[in-house]
Amino acid sequence: MTARVGIVVFPGSNRDIDAVNALRIAGAEPVVLWHESVDLEGVTGILIPGGFAYGDYLRAGVIARFSPVMRAVAEFAAAGAPVLGICNGFQVLAEAKLVPGALLRNRGLRFVCREVALLPEHMDTPFTREIGERRPLRMPVAHGEGCYYADDATLDALEREGGVLWRYANPDGSVAGPDDPGNPNGSLRGIAGVRNAAGNVAGLMPHPETAVEAILGSDDGLGIIRSLVVSASEYAATGRVSGTRAMAGGAA
Amino acid sequence: MTAEIPLHRALGLADVELDAIREKLSREPNDLELAMFSVMWSEHCSYKSSRPLLKTLPTKGKDVVAGVGEQAGVIAIGDGLAVAFKIESHNHPSAVEPYQGAATGVGGILRDIFAMGARPIAVLDALRFGDPSDARTRHLVDGVVRGVGGYGNCVGVPTVGGELVFDPSYQGNPLVNVMAIGLLEDGMLTHASGDGPGNLVVLYGSATGRDGIGGASVLASATFGDQDPSKRPSVQVGDPFAEKLLIEATLELIARKLVVSIQDLGAAGITCATSETADRGGTGMLVDLDAIPRREPGLEPFEVMISESQERMVAIVEPAQWEAVREVCTRWELPVAIIGRVTAERDIVILTAPDGSGALDAEGTPVDGAMELARIPAPALTSEAIVFERESRAPSRRRAAPAPGAPQESVDTLPGRGQDPGAVLLALLGSPNLSSRRQVYEQYDHNVQANTVAGPGHGAAVLRIKGTTKALVATTDGNAPVSQIDPWLGAVLSVAEATRNVSITGARPLGVTNCLNYGDPTRPEAFWALAEGVRGLADACVALGLPVTGGNVSLYNEAPGSAIAPTPEIGIVGLLDDVATRVGPAFRGDGNTVVLVGQAGPGLAGSEYARLAGFASGDDPPSIDLEREASLQAFVREAIARGLVESCQDVSGGGLAVALGEMCMWGGRGAQLRLGVGDSPAVALFGESPSRLLCEVVLRHAPAFDLLARHYGVHTETLGTTGGPRLVIELAGEGATGAAEERGSRIADALEATVDDLRHAWEHGLPRALGWEGDEGGGPVPAGLEVGS
Amino acid sequence: MSDQPAYRFAVNVTPKPGILDPQGRAVEKSLPHLGISGVSAVRVGRRVEMTVRAADAAAARAVVDQLASELLSNPLMELFDVEALG
Repeated sequence: MTARVGIVVFPGSNRDIDAVNALRIAGAEPVVLWHESVDLEGVTGILIPGGFAYGDYLRAGVIARFSPVMRAVAEFAAAGAPVLGICNGFQVLAEAKLVPGALLRNRGLRFVCREVALLPEHMDTPFTREIGERRPLRMPVAHGEGCYYADDATLDALEREGGVLWRYANPDGSVAGPDDPGNPNGSLRGIAGVRNAAGNVAGLMPHPETAVEAILGSDDGLGIIRSLVVSASEYAATGRVSGTRAMAGGAA
Repeated sequence: MTAEIPLHRALGLADVELDAIREKLSREPNDLELAMFSVMWSEHCSYKSSRPLLKTLPTKGKDVVAGVGEQAGVIAIGDGLAVAFKIESHNHPSAVEPYQGAATGVGGILRDIFAMGARPIAVLDALRFGDPSDARTRHLVDGVVRGVGGYGNCVGVPTVGGELVFDPSYQGNPLVNVMAIGLLEDGMLTHASGDGPGNLVVLYGSATGRDGIGGASVLASATFGDQDPSKRPSVQVGDPFAEKLLIEATLELIARKLVVSIQDLGAAGITCATSETADRGGTGMLVDLDAIPRREPGLEPFEVMISESQERMVAIVEPAQWEAVREVCTRWELPVAIIGRVTAERDIVILTAPDGSGALDAEGTPVDGAMELARIPAPALTSEAIVFERESRAPSRRRAAPAPGAPQESVDTLPGRGQDPGAVLLALLGSPNLSSRRQVYEQYDHNVQANTVAGPGHGAAVLRIKGTTKALVATTDGNAPVSQIDPWLGAVLSVAEATRNVSITGARPLGVTNCLNYGDPTRPEAFWALAEGVRGLADACVALGLPVTGGNVSLYNEAPGSAIAPTPEIGIVGLLDDVATRVGPAFRGDGNTVVLVGQAGPGLAGSEYARLAGFASGDDPPSIDLEREASLQAFVREAIARGLVESCQDVSGGGLAVALGEMCMWGGRGAQLRLGVGDSPAVALFGESPSRLLCEVVLRHAPAFDLLARHYGVHTETLGTTGGPRLVIELAGEGATGAAEERGSRIADALEATVDDLRHAWEHGLPRALGWEGDEGGGPVPAGLEVGS
Repeated sequence: MSDQPAYRFAVNVTPKPGILDPQGRAVEKSLPHLGISGVSAVRVGRRVEMTVRAADAAAARAVVDQLASELLSNPLMELFDVEALG
């Protein structure tokens, strides 16, 4: 059975086309979900794509997170279904407190579009299970507010609990700290993507959905998209995703 | 009693124009009508100085589906698809408010594309500024780049190419030319023609405010005092989020066949959109001023009619479709209103009710007491606008004389950097115009929509077309330095270079869009330059067999005593039938043969080398043989299609040495080469004579490559092989031998540089020129930032 | 300079009336999603606070006025007002 994965589209989302393309290549059936609707149309996985939801006005993701669909997404996440936010999608999840931390203005204060090397940290999660060998993955970033921030206590806890899923890497493979050239936005501890405590909701700033075909420069992102698809299939078949645990109240 | 400026002059109309208006109306115009004429008959809207010249451009082509006169050019590309494209300028607004000027420039050209029914898929920005070390230039560069990125990124269209050029002549007049490309599916092509008397005139998009009122504010009623800042001329502000919604709503309206016609609002706002749409349809319109959604209360009629508030469209809708149209716009959160009716009679009539509650009833009939504020035949504002035959006079001195005190150097002497050609190459690669633009284009999202095969920074942009094997290739080019010396030749070289940049990917150029940036057309020497530029554009397009599908003219780019160099900015779109056959400009392998195709000609005038060396060359700029250029491009396209070419770069800015340097840097490998330089190494290494390419050819393909070249009658010269950590060009010829030394020439014997040194110079050039060194990218950021930038 | 008295100011920068404020508009239109009605004319600006050392309050104020008009606001599109914070 082909997994049905929903793509939540807000006014101003603009990487939905890319997400539809990537999900198809990864073998899923993409279902576009308009932000006004609370009906998730029976999808068993959700992808919140990149773009400038509501123009990124006021604060990236802050207006979007009040959209009707996000209520449904929060319930969906509380039930243990897999949810992945990319770039603007990550910002929306953070504003909605479905993943820990915040995304601030890039340290260089400018929008940055370039290729980065992304190092997956844990290979057995719902969002990394199909990546295969642990190696730096090449894919683009394109954002103005991608600097991951949380206070030290939160970061320590996050790392202790395996909540950091991806970090930016230097050319030599080491983790790119805020001052390193491999880190495009100053993210603390080189963090590019995290997951919630229950393990079923994740967000990352780089764009795996635009790195799914060699002709576009890299297909290193396919493993992440396929992971979401496999997790969605598993959820459809069994009602849960391996590697996750239910949390009371569904809090991040 | 003090003399007052007559109203028409305050609005920018000449006396002779007022006479013409009186004649067209057979009466005196009222204030509102004068305001409408003043914007419609402006140079920007009417093309009154350039129209006679533009008629000479070749516009026909078998695949041209929409051309000059429409909102964008459209060319069919097979597979049920067509490509829409156009380039436009937003020069003067960008000089005033660089971020918003650039942002609204992007917004405006995008609207021209999706108004035709095409989804915008790419933007290219061609930017030109003055001295990069000057504080004002830096302020403009910063604002414009952030504006282009801020708008394009948010609206979700990748910026995949463009140019950034510095020249003192742009100091007071920066140029911001933006090209947009869109993909049209079968059945979506829409024209802006107001057909069908009785149809509704519908305005949708953002509400109308005081944006861009500018000079016409002289008409503001005396009851609003000068002290009230809200009544002063208002900068046009772009809202890319609203434009994104506008794109989706418009394409849905067109896909569902809910509209008869769509026109975007740009310069002269509602006045322009209504009169142009009516004129094309041979109809007229009743316009209900009261029905136009306002952003704030208290707008006067002239403000509503000429406002340039952004992100608005006018659609002609059959009454039966109104509810469906309203539903679409409302779902996309866009204000929408019926603002008038199409009439059989050809006048544009502006109506208002005394209490402002609506001048037309549900049947489109004026209500009792409705007042007519203006009545103008639509053609008078548009197709029959005044046209001037300007005086043209060639300058008495046709070439730039050497600057006072400049050394009269013989052409084979390299500039004072130790006369080391390697050092000259590093200096050129690190110069403001030839160095890497990475810190600029990294501020643009160049991947969104997942079509970008080759993005900015390394040759023409390549965009794949999903669902087909095809790809579109696009580039912009404009040769201002040669245009300064010989405007005809500069325009010809611009077209040649732009098309060559497309052909070297393997793509076939489809058509030409152009943005002609020139000076004051009432100054005979400046008008002569424009006329020569158009003539060059026409000649080149005819020789290369390409139609001009549309474009833009920007005049008056000068301040007293300083005019910009004539700048014909050329945009080309090409088609690759199979994207897998594409070729790029980076060396791909070691031990491959490097072949120079085409022959160098004399002439250093107008080159980057001449600029760097600081001398006004006493010789002419290089000439071009258009037939040879056409053969060269046809040859390389076939060579690529046959799989004979590994990589290809054309020789242009900085000459052969720079082109080789680029191929080495981008390919991460050097080359061992030998070049015959005759008695003129500087010309051979750094001259910019056209119609030359460098091809990397695998050894076993070399015989087939040579055979094909002979078939096309193009000259080839094998230079050497790729590989190694250095670029080495041994120089052979009089200039490198004892004969030259006897003459006192000081040529070194070889050009040598490590690939790492080349890259270092190339990557630091722009940040150093703009004072951005040490910054993460893009330089210090001023306060007053726009969100989303 | 360090022995001169310190004065604290805030500069509030807002879009000029009449100019399009995309942020304000986006905020306003999304309020129904929060179940909020009766809010209109939303304009989004920014506030910059600073401490200025100068000979007296008037001199300090002059510094702030200059900063506000030349750097902190875009006079083509924005207005500012200055608050003395003590």
